[in-house]
Amino acid sequence: MRSVLVRGGRIVDPSQSLDKTGDLLIVDGKIEAISDEIGRMEETIELDARGQIVTPGLIDVHVHFREPGGEHKETIETGVRAAVAGGITAVCTMPNTDPVTDDPAGIRFVLAQAEKAAGARVYPLGAISKNQEGKSLAAIGEMVEAGAVGITDDGNPVMNGGLMRMAMEYAKAFGIPVADHPEDLDLSRAGTMNESLNSTRMGLLGKPNISEDIQIIRDLLLSELTDSRVHIQHVSTAYGVEMIRQAKSRGVQVTAEATPHHLILTDSEVDGYNTNAKMNPPLRSSEDRDAVVQGFSDGTLCVYATDHAPHHYDEKEQTFADAPNGIVGLETSLGIGLTCLVGQGVVDLSTLVDRMSCAPARAFNLPGGTLKRGGIGDVTIIDPNVIWSVNSNEFMSKSRNTPFEGLKLKGRASKTIVDGKIVWNGL
Amino acid sequence: MGGRAGFFEGRYFLKPNLFSLGKDLVGLEDLSTDQIVTVLDTAEAFKEISERQIKKVPVLRGKTIVNLFFEPSTRTKISFEFAEKRLSADTVSISSVGSSVSKGETLVDTARNLEAMKIDMVVIRHGSSGAAKFLGERIPSNVINAGDGSHEHPTQGLLDALTIRDHLGSFDGLKVCIIGDVLHSRVARSNIHGLIKLGASVGVCGPYTLLPADVEKMGVRVFSRIEEAIEWSSVLNVLRLQLERMHSGYIPSLREYNQKWGLSKQRLELGSDELLVLHPGPMNRGVEIDSDVADGQNSVILEQVTNGVAVRMAVLYLLSGGTPETAESAKGVN
Repeated sequence: MRSVLVRGGRIVDPSQSLDKTGDLLIVDGKIEAISDEIGRMEETIELDARGQIVTPGLIDVHVHFREPGGEHKETIETGVRAAVAGGITAVCTMPNTDPVTDDPAGIRFVLAQAEKAAGARVYPLGAISKNQEGKSLAAIGEMVEAGAVGITDDGNPVMNGGLMRMAMEYAKAFGIPVADHPEDLDLSRAGTMNESLNSTRMGLLGKPNISEDIQIIRDLLLSELTDSRVHIQHVSTAYGVEMIRQAKSRGVQVTAEATPHHLILTDSEVDGYNTNAKMNPPLRSSEDRDAVVQGFSDGTLCVYATDHAPHHYDEKEQTFADAPNGIVGLETSLGIGLTCLVGQGVVDLSTLVDRMSCAPARAFNLPGGTLKRGGIGDVTIIDPNVIWSVNSNEFMSKSRNTPFEGLKLKGRASKTIVDGKIVWNGL
Repeated sequence: MGGRAGFFEGRYFLKPNLFSLGKDLVGLEDLSTDQIVTVLDTAEAFKEISERQIKKVPVLRGKTIVNLFFEPSTRTKISFEFAEKRLSADTVSISSVGSSVSKGETLVDTARNLEAMKIDMVVIRHGSSGAAKFLGERIPSNVINAGDGSHEHPTQGLLDALTIRDHLGSFDGLKVCIIGDVLHSRVARSNIHGLIKLGASVGVCGPYTLLPADVEKMGVRVFSRIEEAIEWSSVLNVLRLQLERMHSGYIPSLREYNQKWGLSKQRLELGSDELLVLHPGPMNRGVEIDSDVADGQNSVILEQVTNGVAVRMAVLYLLSGGTPETAESAKGVN
C-alpha cells in the first residue's frame, strides 16, 4: 500500500461543489477520502498544504508533443515533464506528427512512449483522415480500440464538408468527440496574422475572422445534423463564440476551448514582427478577445486548453512569414489563469478549476476531473501566493517559444500528483 | 525648384540629434516629419554631385557596404550602388541566386558572416515583410531597407516625396492618389506614411480585391473608380501590377485591369493639366499605364530615378553619422 496524505489545503472540487479546508488521502493511486482531519497513518507521505489550494488534476486537452518526427521541438518525455511542471496531470496529444498518427500503431507508439516517461498521463487523439489529407477516413475504430480518446485533423483543417459529416457520424458509434480546428483555408489564403489595420500596416497578409466563423457554423450544423459530439478548438472570434452559445442553447452537443493567449492577448502583440505572437488561429482584435473572455466566463467556452505548440529556436528565429505557427503553454497556463483570469475577476477559482479539470475530462470522457472517492489519484497542489516571472530558460519543455517571457504571475503548481505519485515537487 | 534656401542656416544647428535617423532605416512609419524633411533637404544638397564631371566625393571613404538582394531588382540595386560609389564607399552586391543564400543558409547566418568580415552597412531587399527590421535587430551595422515584402520601401517613398516637392514646392493641400495593387505594395505603404506626415492628403484606388483591410484607418481616402481618383488628385502614383496577381485570382485579366484601372491619356484629361504622374517602375506598359502617359508631359518617372540616387546618398550619409549641417562641406570642392 502506498499512500499520500495532503494536509490542511483548501480543497476545491467543482465536480462535487466542494470548496473547504481539509485533508485529502490518496491510497494506491485512488482518491480514498476527504475529511476535515485524517489521523496519522503508517507508511504515508504527508504533504503540508496549508495555505495552498488542492484541486483535481488539471487536464490540457490540446497539446502537440511532436513525437514522432519533430523530436527537436519536443518529445513525449519532455512534454509530460513540462505538463506536470505546470500542474497538468493529463494531456491530449494532437496527431499532426510525422508520420501522422492515423492508425492504431501510431496510437500505441504514443502510449508506449508516455508509459516510459514519468509525468502526466497522455491521451492521444487520432487523425480524422488518412495522413490528415482530408480525403478519406482514418482507422477511427481501431485507433479508439488502441486508446485514442478523440479524432482531429488539427493543423490541417477538414475542408471537405462531406468528409466532416461522415467523420462525425462514424465517430458517434465509438462515443468519442470530433475535435475541430475550424478554418476555411481558401479564406485564410496565405495569411499569417489577423486581418486588420495591423496586418495592413505591417504588410502581412491577413486571415479574416470569417475563415474561422464559417467552419464553426458548418461544424455546429453538422453536429446537429448527425446528433454527435463536436469539440471546437481554440475559438478566437466574437462571432464564433456567439454561434457556439446559440448552438448550445438549442441543445447541440458542443464543447469548446479558449486558450490562454486568445484570452489575454490581441493582434497588437505581433507588432515588430514578433514570431512568438504567431499562431493559428491568430491573435485577434480586442473585441474578439473580450468576446472570448465573455464566452469563457459564461461557460460557452467550457475548456481551458493551451494548444501547446513547441518549435525550435531556429524555426522562430526567422522572418514572420517564414516562422511556424504556435507557442508553448503548459508551464504558463495555470499561472495565467490564476493571475489574469481569477485575479482580474473574470472567473472565480472554482470556475477556473472546472475549466481546467472537470470540463476537459467530460469533453473527452477522461478519468479524473474529480476528487470523489474511488477516482484516480491525480491531484494538483497550487501555491496561490507565490510571485514569479516567466523565464523560458527554466522550462522543462524543449522549446522556448512563449510570448509571455518576463510576465509577472501570481500562483503556480507547487506539487503535481499523478496516480498517487508525486511527479512534480516545485516548491 | 524645391531646395530649402534656409536649410544650412542656424535653425537646424541647434538640435542636430533630433534629425538623426538612428541606426537603421526600416520604414517611414518610424520616422518623424522632421527626419523625413532632413533626408529630403540633404538629398537636395547631394543632387548636384551627380551632375559633375567627376561624380565622386569622399564622404564614405573607407566604409564597407553590402547590398544584399534576396529578390530580383535592377533599378533599386543599381541606384544604391551608384549612391554608394559616388560617396566613395567600398561595396559588394550579393544576389540570392548563386550565393550561399540559395543553399539554405538562414538570413541570420548570412548577416553574421558578413558582419564577421567587418562591414559598416547593409542594404537589404527581401521578400518577407519585417526582414530589414529583423536584420537590424541582430547586427550592429546600419541596415537600410530596400524593400521588405509588402511592408515598406522607404527610399522609394522618400524619392517620390522629393520628386513631388521638386515640382509642387510644398505638400500642404496636395492630394496624392496611389493607384493599383496596394495590398501587396511596399511602395504604397511608404508613400502613405511619408506623404501624410509631410502634410499631403493621400488616396488609394484599385479593385477592392487589391486594397488591404482597414486601409482607410491608415488615414487615406478610398476610390474604387480611377476616374474619381483622377479628378480628386494633384499627383497620381501608379503602382506596378504584378502579373502573378491575375493567376492568383485577384483580377480577371490584365486586359480588364487596363480597361478599368489603367491610366490612359483619355482618362488623364479628366484631371488638371498640372497633374503629376509617378511610377516606381518597372512599368507594364499597356497594363497599369499607357505609353503615351508614361512618356507624356505629366510624367516625372525618369526624374524619380534621378532623385533616387540623391535620396539614397542622403540616407547613407545620414545613417553613417553625417549631419545635415555638414552635408554641404562633405560634398567637397566642385
